[in-house]
Amino acid sequence: MSFPLGTVVALEGASGAAEATGFEPFLPGLVVLLPLLGFLANGALALAAGRRSADAVRAGGEWHLPETERPLTHTWPSLIGPGVLLAAFAVTLVNFVRMWGAELHEPVVIPYWTWLVTGTLEVAVAIQLDQLSMVMMLVVTGVGSLIHVFSVGYMRDDPGYPRYFTYLNLFVFFMLVLVMGASFPVMFVGWEGVGLCSYLLIGFWFRDREKADAGKKAFIVNRIGDVGFLLAMFLLFTTFGTLDFVPILERAPETLVYGGALVSAVTLFLLLGAAGKSAQIPLYVWLPDAMAGPTPVSALIHAATMVTAGVYMVARSSVLFALAPAGSLAVAGIGALTALFAATIALTQYDIKKVLAYSTVSQLGYMFLGVGVGAYTAGIFHLMTHAFFKALLFLGSGAVIHSMHHALHRTGRHLDAQDMRNMGGLARRMPVTWTTMWVGTLAIAGIWPLAGFFSKDEIIWYAGAAAGGPHASWYALFWMIALAAAALTAFYMTRMMLMTFHGGNRTGEEEARHLHEAPLTMSVPLVLLAAFSVFGGWINVPAALHDGWVGLFGALPMGEGLHHWLEPVVAAASEVRAEHVGAFHETAPLGGGELAWATFSTLLAAAVVAGTAAVASRWRIAPAAEAGEPTGGLRGLLYRKWYVDELYDHIIVRPVVATSRFLWRVVDAGIVDGIVNATGSVSRAFGLVGSVVQTGVLSTYAFVLTVGVVVVLAVMAL
Amino acid sequence: MSALLDVIGYERWILHALVWLPLAGMGLVLWLPRERAKHVAFWWSAALFALSLGLWWAFEAAPGFQMASSHPWIPGWGVAYALGVDGISIFMVLLTTFTTPVAILGSFNYIEKREKAFYALMLLLETGVLGVFLSLDLFLFYVFFELTLVPMYFIVGVWGGERRIYAAVKFFLYTALGSLLMLVAILYLYFRAEEALGAGSFHYAELLRVPLTLQEQLWLFSAFALAFAVKVPVFPLHTWLPDAHVEAPTPGSVILASVLLKMGTYGFVRFLLPLFPAAAQHPPVVTLMLALGVVGILYAAWVAAVQPDAKKLVAYTSVAHMGFVVLGIFALTLNGLQGALLVMVSHGISTGALFLLLGMLYERRHTRLIEDFGGLAAVAPWLATAFVITALASIGLPGTSGFVGEFMALLGAFETHPWFAGVATLGVIFAAYYMLPMVQRMFFNRLHESANRGVPDVSRREIAMLAPMIALMIWIGVHPAPLMRRMEPSVESLVSHVERSLPAAPSAPAVGD
Repeated sequence: MSFPLGTVVALEGASGAAEATGFEPFLPGLVVLLPLLGFLANGALALAAGRRSADAVRAGGEWHLPETERPLTHTWPSLIGPGVLLAAFAVTLVNFVRMWGAELHEPVVIPYWTWLVTGTLEVAVAIQLDQLSMVMMLVVTGVGSLIHVFSVGYMRDDPGYPRYFTYLNLFVFFMLVLVMGASFPVMFVGWEGVGLCSYLLIGFWFRDREKADAGKKAFIVNRIGDVGFLLAMFLLFTTFGTLDFVPILERAPETLVYGGALVSAVTLFLLLGAAGKSAQIPLYVWLPDAMAGPTPVSALIHAATMVTAGVYMVARSSVLFALAPAGSLAVAGIGALTALFAATIALTQYDIKKVLAYSTVSQLGYMFLGVGVGAYTAGIFHLMTHAFFKALLFLGSGAVIHSMHHALHRTGRHLDAQDMRNMGGLARRMPVTWTTMWVGTLAIAGIWPLAGFFSKDEIIWYAGAAAGGPHASWYALFWMIALAAAALTAFYMTRMMLMTFHGGNRTGEEEARHLHEAPLTMSVPLVLLAAFSVFGGWINVPAALHDGWVGLFGALPMGEGLHHWLEPVVAAASEVRAEHVGAFHETAPLGGGELAWATFSTLLAAAVVAGTAAVASRWRIAPAAEAGEPTGGLRGLLYRKWYVDELYDHIIVRPVVATSRFLWRVVDAGIVDGIVNATGSVSRAFGLVGSVVQTGVLSTYAFVLTVGVVVVLAVMAL
Repeated sequence: MSALLDVIGYERWILHALVWLPLAGMGLVLWLPRERAKHVAFWWSAALFALSLGLWWAFEAAPGFQMASSHPWIPGWGVAYALGVDGISIFMVLLTTFTTPVAILGSFNYIEKREKAFYALMLLLETGVLGVFLSLDLFLFYVFFELTLVPMYFIVGVWGGERRIYAAVKFFLYTALGSLLMLVAILYLYFRAEEALGAGSFHYAELLRVPLTLQEQLWLFSAFALAFAVKVPVFPLHTWLPDAHVEAPTPGSVILASVLLKMGTYGFVRFLLPLFPAAAQHPPVVTLMLALGVVGILYAAWVAAVQPDAKKLVAYTSVAHMGFVVLGIFALTLNGLQGALLVMVSHGISTGALFLLLGMLYERRHTRLIEDFGGLAAVAPWLATAFVITALASIGLPGTSGFVGEFMALLGAFETHPWFAGVATLGVIFAAYYMLPMVQRMFFNRLHESANRGVPDVSRREIAMLAPMIALMIWIGVHPAPLMRRMEPSVESLVSHVERSLPAAPSAPAVGD
């Protein structure tokens, strides 16, 4: 049971590899270090600002930012927050170019210091650079940079501005630890760390009880998933004697029995962890509530990066999942079910962020379906494109909400700034936001040639293609569910756009005049993300599509770049799959090749978008105050989110709390302590020793103790 | 550093200094005028902490006791004044010397009557606790073990809250009764040593050589285990702890949580496992201890969640944390034991800090009820920050000290008892369930009570207490290897000593019975 030598050798070998490929520890480490430095700097400013604000509150008022001259605590974060991110992105690009040049086939592991060490376990604080972590680093720092820049415009008037960037920088730090860590425990540090930042940012406006509640809910639900992560680690350690990725994934095919109970248990535990972090059934309930946080947070954490960690984790352990058909089937099934279920809820929501939240849950379901059917590259591909268009959509909604807030603030009216029934006709007033959000909508709906078309189609295709192997009927079902959910996606997104931007304005005459386009710090990120949402999909187009009309018969600059890039990472899983399952099918369950089905799905989406737009002109939407909540029927059921929160409340939350009270009052105070008190010694000695305390005579105690000892000794001697 | 320590002969006198200097400080406090008492006590204990830091360099990562010495004390009885330190006790010693000045600093505004007596007792307590961790003679150990009772009893009984008498008496009777049985067991060991080795002895090294039948081991194990289990406290012997914590003054709670509870788990590791290895590995015993550990983790966390009194809530979380320690110890694996020792250190720091923070809030608002607070982050952001970081360390967020220990303890337990460890892992959820609602209800939400609006943020003195504790929580969470390397040889030799004894449990010698 002892593998210390193996681990040490692995570490030394890895650092050797690092030297050979030109990856000295500094540059990759700098990527992680920069956001950490930003956190510390902003944290210091936040503490200083916090003191000032507290003084104002203690004096009985509130702290307002001075209109003209801002204190340094509220100007420096604008520089530091986005600055460290842009710098981290630049350093990531340097690393990327180097990796590109090095043509790596093996991961580079760079250890910094020993973290946990006993005779049988050694875990280093180490970074793993490979093609997968590089994709994630680019997404996290790239999209992260844009969202940080956007935040400057969105949050700069908030009294908690430095605190905001403190948390945001810390989040990026932990997210990078998550994707760059070279072992399960280091990944887990990032895993719970991002959860912490999510908790802090959801409850950023902590004085609002609902928001603080939402943060707490996110943390607790995530911890349920984390138990799965921990148990998976324990199983892996007892099996492999190490927790580092490289040795585990290398030895897995020969150590673990294909389809065996052990690997199935490991993957199912990992799935539990992934379902928590990535908001999948049954643990998705925290994500919609998480929209209580500032909107850029929703874009960064609850759409583009953190919630995709589960997908990354499955892709990272792809060999294990390839060895566990049951685990993979569960991943795919949970994904497909979540994709459909969340989409149905999104159909009827009026809160613009709630629509996007359920849309995110649904799209994460697609990613799970992708990695579940064994199309790891497709899953990561959708993760990437989704980061572009969902960040865009969230930031766009942020621009809308920002504008609504300002308008309502001007007139002093109290309206829900996020309720789409209070919007309408914003297109004219916010043309950049309107245009870019339509790009995002068409992208997520899967309209050719936007990014979502390629990535979602690939997942749907592989789900269908997997229906040729084991569990064929299940995969055929998932495939059909995925197609249906795609149609729903096109509908609810179009509905959102129409309610927000088209038709007449319902905000109010006075307010409408104050609705304005977002400032440059906000609109530039929107435009850049829109560009990525258009072209981001072109980096992973299979030849079959590229040669067809989709690539306009090979004329468009598309390629299979991402597929080739990730090949070294998923190679081992592909081998396992090839050996035990065979290749993916060439046709979908109903016949037809990839190009045919791609054509079908984009036509379907286009038809839904067009059809929705056509009937929408006849919708009569009343402002929220006049309308009331939908009740009864399917519409009410969907609006109330299938009553899942209520269900959980009744079958889990309340019984747990009731058990708490029972254990405390009946078991602990009643029985356990009751027996203690009932022995009577307490009450009898009460008078005796109590008087000792009052007279304060220490010697009495010493005497009693001595007598006791003597008596015991006497008993012993007899 | 080592050269400097050599020059001053550090290794020869440091352990004696650690045990007796607090007593000298006590004399000083009693001799000097009352106004000087708290400052003298603080600087005296702080200086002692500075002295003890030399152990970090003087101690070598090697098995066996270091800086050990033994002098006859009561020769006729074979009682020796024997001290020594190893990888198991070194961090308990450092934890004690660190926590004592912090706790004393935390009592500056809290203790307003009989100051001389209070600070004298705090220093007496430090002597007792350090004696417990450093004694190599069981009689000496027992004297120190009992000695800790006296100051703690008075600290709770004189300077405590409304129900202080009840709490103090309960604390006293519980622990005193538990340890009386241990005294009987120690004496039995002495006589068995006389039979087996020719001369009676209380020395740890000698007693390790006494052959005992499984039957004997089980009896002795039970007697020792009861004494220690009360101290830990292990479910269902825990009900004295919430009462004691609630009534104790802040510094009392800090010392109680940080170091007094550790005397119980330290006793498990130091005495129960090596002296009675066959009993400690007897399957029903292992199952019982592991089950009590797991029940403690879940039950205490479950009960903690609905406590209206913040101090009581944290007291119950102590029981849950100690459950992880018990689980790690009786897993009898290297990882489990290392994890248990790390939880002991981490719990000492984070729970100590939580009690300090609650004490600060009590000084400001004169209430311990969670519902009386709310929205404090708006008026006391630094205090809130410190509280949140400490709470997160307490619930084992990775990157803090709490995670490292819990993770290792669970991992180690999983190696030998996967089902127990698997159930115990659920404690991770319960930790969030008890801690986050309290944090929210005290620091977040609206400032609904006008009294809370006037709550001042932390003072410089309070920062001086909290900053080092928070630094330690993060340092141990990020870089625990230096601690683990110093612990490992001792833990390793302990595990192999226990395992070696298993195949053939020593049979009773023919003579005598």
